[in-house]
Amino acid sequence: MRSLEELKSLKAKAEKEMALREDTGKPTIIVHMGTCGIANGAREVLNTILSELKSRNLTDIHVTQTGCPGLCHLEPLITVSEPGKKNPYIYAKVTTENVKKIILQHIINGQPVTEWLVNLEK
Amino acid sequence: MEFYRSHVLVCTGTGCTSSNSRSVISGLRKELADKGLEKEIQVIETGCFGFCNLGPIMVVYPEGVFYCRVSQDDIQEIVEEHFTKGRVVQRLLYHEPNTTVKTQEFNDIEFFKHQKRIALSNCGIINPEKIEEYIARDGYFALAKVLHEMKPEDVIEEIKKSGLRGRGGGGFPTGMKWNFAHKAQGDQKYVVCNADEGDPGAFMDRSVLEGDPHSVLEAMAIAGYAIGANQGYIYVRAEYPIAVERLRLAIEQAHKMGLLGKNIFGMGFDFDVDIRLGAGAFVCGEETALLTSIEGKRGEPRPRPPFPANSGLWGKPTIINNVETYANVTRIIRNGWEWFASMGTEKSKGTKVFALAGKIKNTGLIEVPMGTTLRTIVYDIGGGILNDKKFKAAQTGGPSGGCIPAELLDTPIDYDNLIAIGAMMGSGGLIVMDEDTCMVDIARFFLEFTQDESCGKCPPCRIGTKRMLEILTRICEGKGVPEDLENLETLAKTIKSAALCGLGQTAPNPVLSTLRYFRHEYEAHIYDKKCPAGVCKSLLSYKINEDKCRGCSLCARNCPAKAISGKVKEPFVIDPEKCIKCGACMEKCKFGAIERK
Ligand SMILES: Cc1cc2nc3c(=O)[nH]c(=O)nc-3n(C[C@H](O)[C@H](O)[C@H](O)COP(=O)(O)O)c2cc1C
Repeated sequence: MRSLEELKSLKAKAEKEMALREDTGKPTIIVHMGTCGIANGAREVLNTILSELKSRNLTDIHVTQTGCPGLCHLEPLITVSEPGKKNPYIYAKVTTENVKKIILQHIINGQPVTEWLVNLEK
Repeated sequence: MEFYRSHVLVCTGTGCTSSNSRSVISGLRKELADKGLEKEIQVIETGCFGFCNLGPIMVVYPEGVFYCRVSQDDIQEIVEEHFTKGRVVQRLLYHEPNTTVKTQEFNDIEFFKHQKRIALSNCGIINPEKIEEYIARDGYFALAKVLHEMKPEDVIEEIKKSGLRGRGGGGFPTGMKWNFAHKAQGDQKYVVCNADEGDPGAFMDRSVLEGDPHSVLEAMAIAGYAIGANQGYIYVRAEYPIAVERLRLAIEQAHKMGLLGKNIFGMGFDFDVDIRLGAGAFVCGEETALLTSIEGKRGEPRPRPPFPANSGLWGKPTIINNVETYANVTRIIRNGWEWFASMGTEKSKGTKVFALAGKIKNTGLIEVPMGTTLRTIVYDIGGGILNDKKFKAAQTGGPSGGCIPAELLDTPIDYDNLIAIGAMMGSGGLIVMDEDTCMVDIARFFLEFTQDESCGKCPPCRIGTKRMLEILTRICEGKGVPEDLENLETLAKTIKSAALCGLGQTAPNPVLSTLRYFRHEYEAHIYDKKCPAGVCKSLLSYKINEDKCRGCSLCARNCPAKAISGKVKEPFVIDPEKCIKCGACMEKCKFGAIERK
């Protein structure tokens, strides 16, 4: 270690790898992975989300999963919940294609993709 | 860099390791690989969460779900339910005692709610075998700050103003100790860390070393800068293999990164740390004995003065501090003395880690602000007494300490209050006792320990503790005589004032404090030949109540000494000559016919 700058950049890098264990104040993407979701391709959606976040280096976005919310005919579903917002955004019939748009438009630019939302809470 | 969606932290401290956390980890890794999830879910080994009786502990992030007592048989279900379908496995969640509530997230658990983690702030959060994770949580920034912005005098001033006192037992102000060593003349000085932790049942220091070894190394380097030393030694118990291994690894990694060694941060400061393994005696935790042991000699204490700050290791100025003391130092430097001094009581600042043990529902490791009452520790954090029995006393300070009776449950715990009530902080062992504990027997137990560990160098301790133990044993055996109590008190006072080191000077404490609060129990043993708690075997007798006995012969069949006889369907009798008072008959009897007096 030759300088404080070196320590700082090391910290920044290591912090990203640990962001999962901290409350980052950023949105969480929840993939609904009941049997119905999985049968309709929820796993593929999940994998796409992960690789998309990875390629964009968005380590502070948490991805978790949960069970079936009851809207089986609309699976795969994902929920985007933002800290401080009471009602989360629920997207229906998500595909590996449109999930990329959700990440770009909603997660990165903060504009929910309203036409795919099941709940019309804006 | 790999991108994971979930981090699974599994404790690999000594507690969870002994409940097989390592096989849980290897089983989990295998199951994840089989399901193709190993690129999504990362398994991380971490340090102690403190909830040792519920081990192995597993925490799943980002949700923060807290699973307890996870066994290999649970792995498949966790992977299938939680990691593939996102459904929390309810049956493995923590169950609050006294309620039916199951708690999912670990910050919501009562056990953690009343705690304030400073020394333990990284334990259970980081992987102690990766220096990067320590750095991610501001590790080595205190050392950087000290070397870049502070003079040695500033560092000492900061520690002084924080009010930090030694966590190894004595409670001596740390800043003042550093100042003595800073002022002492000498071309070579040393920094020593006391990780001998000989107090039976205590494991605070072990958990810090296992869960956050770099915090100790960093603080030792800071101490080295403050006093002008560039060599440190950690004297650690040989019985702590995991801690020793993690320390070795931490030293190696810090060296590789140039955070130990020559010219740290390019600021011209050199610092090295070596490990010395303990020689396995309680007295080696006493500072002068410890230093003698590092020098390669037999670990025996010597008189002070001279104090180590002036003449320590190989006669050179040396500071010696406890593991937990060091663990606080880095946080004080980073957050400022005001932050630290804002916690605790007037004369005891910050927090204290306790190893909670005995007849209590939640045993484990806790860290609470100084001034927390014993009631909060026992009832809120500890969940109350096992089997809802009555609280009788708590013993703090181990063999050097004393007991706190129920009347004093509301005493705010700090150094001075504990001394005032005849106990002592010690290193942080806290043993809770219920109504079935005999206080004379407890005093005898601790004295047996100190007598055994007495190094024999000074007569007051060598001979005095032996005589005290003889008297206590006699009392427990029902052979006590009225003069015994007075003799115990005289011996205690003499040993306290005449013994060479802290071991002897504090050895009588458990006797004095039980005499102070539970004198009636001693008197019952001596005058009535009774043990009120029903513990001292020689004073017990078992009798069969003729009215309740149905003559089923179950007791007779279970008596290992063949002391019970009788005719079936008629009351049985116990032969007191043959009875060994094991209590097996009483346990077996279905009619409650056997009485113990
Ligand atoms: C018999 C005896 C055993 C001791 N054992 C320990 C021990 O295991 N760990 C420890 O840190 N201090 C122990 N001490 C206290 C040390 O002598 C010393 O006060 C302490 O290491 C100083 O560090 P501190 O100021 O940071 O507490 C013991 C003292 C005595 C008398």
